[in-house]
Amino acid sequence: MSITGFLTDSTLCIGCKACEVACKEWNGVEADGYDWSGYSYDNTGAVGASTWRHVKFVEQTPVPGFGGNAGELASWTFSSDVCKHCENAGCLEACPTGSIVRTEFGGVYIQPDICNGCGYCVSSCPFGVVERNQKDGRAFKCTFCYDRQKVGLQPACAKACPTESIKFGELDQLRLRAQERLEELHSRGMEDATLYDPLDSSVGGTHAIFILRGDPRTFNLPPSPDVPTIYLKKSWTSSAIAGALLLGGTLLAFWAENKNGRRRNAR
Amino acid sequence: MPGLGTSFGRGGATTAQQDLANADAILIMGSSMAENHPVGFQWVMEAREKGAKIIHVDPRYTRTSASADIWVPLRAGSDIIFLGALVHYVLENNKQFHEYVLHYTNAPTILREDFRDTEDLDGFFSGWDAGKKKYDPETWLYQGSPEKEVAGSAPGHSEAGGGHGKDRGGEAQDTGKFESDPTLQHPRCVFQVLKRHFSRYTPEMVERYCGVKADVFLKVAKTFTSASGPDKTAAICYAVGWTQHSKGVQVIRTAAILQLLLGNIGRPGGGILALRGHASIQGSTDIPTLYDILPGYLPMPFFETARNLGAYLKKNTSRTGLWSAFEKYFVSLMKAYYGDAATKESDWGFNWLPRVTGDHSHFGYWLDMADGKLDGLFVMGQNPAVGASNGRLERTALSKLKWLVVRDMVETETASFWYDSPEVNRGELSPETIGTEVFLFPAAGTAEKEGTFTNTQRLLQYREKAIDPPGDARSETWFMYHLGRRLKEKGKDDSRPRNEGLRALTWNYSTEGKHAEPVGEEILKEINGYSLPDRKQLAHIKDLKKDGSTACGAWIYCGVFPKEGYNRALERNPKDALGHNWGYAWPNDCRIIYNRASARPDGQPWSERKKLVWWDENKKQWTGNDIPDYDKETPPYAPENIQNGKGVEALGGAKPFTLHPDGVGWLFVSSGLKDGPLPTHFEPLESVTDNGLYKQQSNPPADKKVRPDNPYAEPSGDPRFPYVLTTYRLTEHHTAGGMSRQLSHLSELQPELFTEVSPELASELGLQNGHYATIITARSEIEAKVLVTSRMRPMQINGKVVHQVGLPYHWGYRGQVTGDVVNDLLVISEEPNVRIMETKALTCNVVPGRRARGKEFLGQLNSRTGQTA
Repeated sequence: MSITGFLTDSTLCIGCKACEVACKEWNGVEADGYDWSGYSYDNTGAVGASTWRHVKFVEQTPVPGFGGNAGELASWTFSSDVCKHCENAGCLEACPTGSIVRTEFGGVYIQPDICNGCGYCVSSCPFGVVERNQKDGRAFKCTFCYDRQKVGLQPACAKACPTESIKFGELDQLRLRAQERLEELHSRGMEDATLYDPLDSSVGGTHAIFILRGDPRTFNLPPSPDVPTIYLKKSWTSSAIAGALLLGGTLLAFWAENKNGRRRNAR
Repeated sequence: MPGLGTSFGRGGATTAQQDLANADAILIMGSSMAENHPVGFQWVMEAREKGAKIIHVDPRYTRTSASADIWVPLRAGSDIIFLGALVHYVLENNKQFHEYVLHYTNAPTILREDFRDTEDLDGFFSGWDAGKKKYDPETWLYQGSPEKEVAGSAPGHSEAGGGHGKDRGGEAQDTGKFESDPTLQHPRCVFQVLKRHFSRYTPEMVERYCGVKADVFLKVAKTFTSASGPDKTAAICYAVGWTQHSKGVQVIRTAAILQLLLGNIGRPGGGILALRGHASIQGSTDIPTLYDILPGYLPMPFFETARNLGAYLKKNTSRTGLWSAFEKYFVSLMKAYYGDAATKESDWGFNWLPRVTGDHSHFGYWLDMADGKLDGLFVMGQNPAVGASNGRLERTALSKLKWLVVRDMVETETASFWYDSPEVNRGELSPETIGTEVFLFPAAGTAEKEGTFTNTQRLLQYREKAIDPPGDARSETWFMYHLGRRLKEKGKDDSRPRNEGLRALTWNYSTEGKHAEPVGEEILKEINGYSLPDRKQLAHIKDLKKDGSTACGAWIYCGVFPKEGYNRALERNPKDALGHNWGYAWPNDCRIIYNRASARPDGQPWSERKKLVWWDENKKQWTGNDIPDYDKETPPYAPENIQNGKGVEALGGAKPFTLHPDGVGWLFVSSGLKDGPLPTHFEPLESVTDNGLYKQQSNPPADKKVRPDNPYAEPSGDPRFPYVLTTYRLTEHHTAGGMSRQLSHLSELQPELFTEVSPELASELGLQNGHYATIITARSEIEAKVLVTSRMRPMQINGKVVHQVGLPYHWGYRGQVTGDVVNDLLVISEEPNVRIMETKALTCNVVPGRRARGKEFLGQLNSRTGQTA
């Protein structure tokens, strides 16, 4: 069983949203609702319970003016976002029911029949990917097309991508390809091309890595994502201190009461 | 596609999308390929990754611009100035591929002394008849061509109109007779005429009227021309952004001239790719749904010039080139139609064919419908209540019908116009008084029926049926077959002469399944053709006969089903980068047509890097990486005898454009176009500016169809409509939305109609992002949400600031998501050759806020336009 991943190369994305639709069709995910956002061509907003692949439209405004004549170009970049399938997955660690598991392909999978909708995973995701369904409150996100991978097929989004902007394969291989691609882009003058692969952060690397131009924050990707459990020691320590203080206070109160009582009895 | 047809010989894309990956530069103009052909765009991306420069010329910065190296915003409708300036740049700087131009184009051909150019007559060519508003093309002929016998008989110039038959370019005109000057110096040779014609199409003119800075233009010119030559090739992609203008054919012609001058036709990585907007639009002109042609681009007979078979054949058969075999194609078609009843004695059934008696194009008959001249209508694969220009007129006209049959997968706006159209809601029409009886037939979806698509690159792909259609839904073939069968049954006992053709018609397809579906492959076998009477499949166009011993439904498709059990459209194992063995490309599975031009006149490749087919002297045949679009055994040194010879053999071994009587690409089209032999810039029928090049404002023979219910703004600078309006499509929806607005996964991606405006225009008019605006033309007004984006740019045109307003047209009043009908804003107009409407450039006004509703709508519209709608 190989450890797989996505390499999403935004320098090849044409914003067609085929990945978004293919994902919903294959996984039977319902539409988000018909809300026109007024934000570029993006009307599904973000990755969530009913959008597991989401194409971001980053429209950067140049200096206004008679642009056509002045030759200043607008910039419009697209990037398909998805669950990162973290090595240290906050959602998985937070899940109290055991619904969230790691698959043999390295992906993070929510078993919908076990999820009880507690929502701990939602606040534990450093990327804001997991969301609870409005209808029954269960949490949903990208399954990494576990069912397809199981039978040797690539995920629906990668299959549908017409420009191979979404590449699927063995994670190690993808990392090598990403480095090669990056070097190529740099040599072509795209100095700002970067690989988003947060290996050094507390999530310990992800199974979805991205080639982007410029600051990852432009694409809503945190430069250094943190898995919430790294705060566990700190929070347990402070909880323990708070608990000890509470216990001490209580004991103190009883001790004082007892003392008073004895004094009253003695009178 | 007469733009390509008259230039090269065939009305189809000259190359395949896969071949774009071999280009050194790609100019995408009149198309947002990434948005509307995202799958094919992968090869543009591949070319870009290999180092090709991608240039996108478009009024808007689109998803295509975002992937391009250079984006050039230009004013909608100024395409011929831009392209003409590229032609001018090539000629001025001697960038043409000299040997290619000399041997493979009509550049050396000398024109008649009495020919006058638009430069001489301020926007007219010689031969203009101001009374009839049409050209007599006599003076456009080559010096030495015989005079035509009957006035008005020049092909493509019938009184009755219709120009699709001229896609074939090869005219009955004896263009094989001509004088020429191989030094290209004769003042009346095409090369010199071309130079003079485009002499004022300069970078300065581009800056002034296209709104493109001269240095940006020069960057494009240098990029594109330096990617052309013996060792390099550049391709052009276009779509309806070029077609849907009052001069669309001439826009495409300009591109054809540019590519011929640069030697980019018939060579890998070159060509002109006509991107078709639907799955089988190429197929719908090959096996036409058009009124003026028969399958394989054989002209439909016209009532006044084709009274008998002899006259028809004489008019359409050329002495030299592939059209010399016209009779074989025609007789074989008649044998397929009428079987045993088609005999020499019955003129092969020629008189059973209907005659063209007028303008039977979409708009022609729709205006007849509006005038109450039409009883009934079948609508299939179309949603004109939303998708056609001047929607108010279109829908109102439907109410004048006695009956209307709509076949679709859902109840479209066309089927429901009688109870929920805007006209009904506003009280202009009422269901109680509409007499139209509407029959709605459920249609099978693509996965529920079998058959072929012919795609944008002439590629036939056979699709099997995946599942049975639900309920009463049936395929188109089922509907047409059983309708025909029942009509024939009715006609059997009716001996009136009008039914002779119906009775003679062969209509005996086998059926299968519980619903008696016709067998798809059997139809394809008939289209391919077979011998008679033994019904053996034909393998090649050359097998067709004129003596009635072959039947063939469309000669250009001959070879797709070459033997029993061998359906080449069904092949699914591509063996090379051009995709051979995946589907079947007409003609003869050539992926890049006119590919004889990829070799020098002596038969060897122009360069190693750009080789495609070449002559193998040892094997004595043409060979290479594509099927040669040439007689396989005619050596390059075979002598030509164009002046006196006959047939395709007369072209010899070095004339790649075999459908043309002279075997070369036409820089100058002496016959076959109704609006001139050379492209000339005219302003759109509604424009914000005067024509800066000629006194004549718009394309002279364009038919405006002016009437009270089809009003126009002033031709230039109408103060009521100060902005340029352009309409287009988005990736997320399909044309008039009948197939996409029903699907939640597509509807959610673009749920609402919006208009794209620049920040400058928004601040000028007080428009706010996300709020409503009303867009007004002389026809109607609609409301849309405002999307303020710097992807739209104001421009300086002739010293004035010009704003452009963009509107995608996918919405209507039914479906999961609804919105106003953008096409209500458009005017019905007809380009003279193909009678297409102008959707890409017209004028409008924009005001903040929503439109009026109900009975107040017309009052508000009238007060804004100052006319009575």
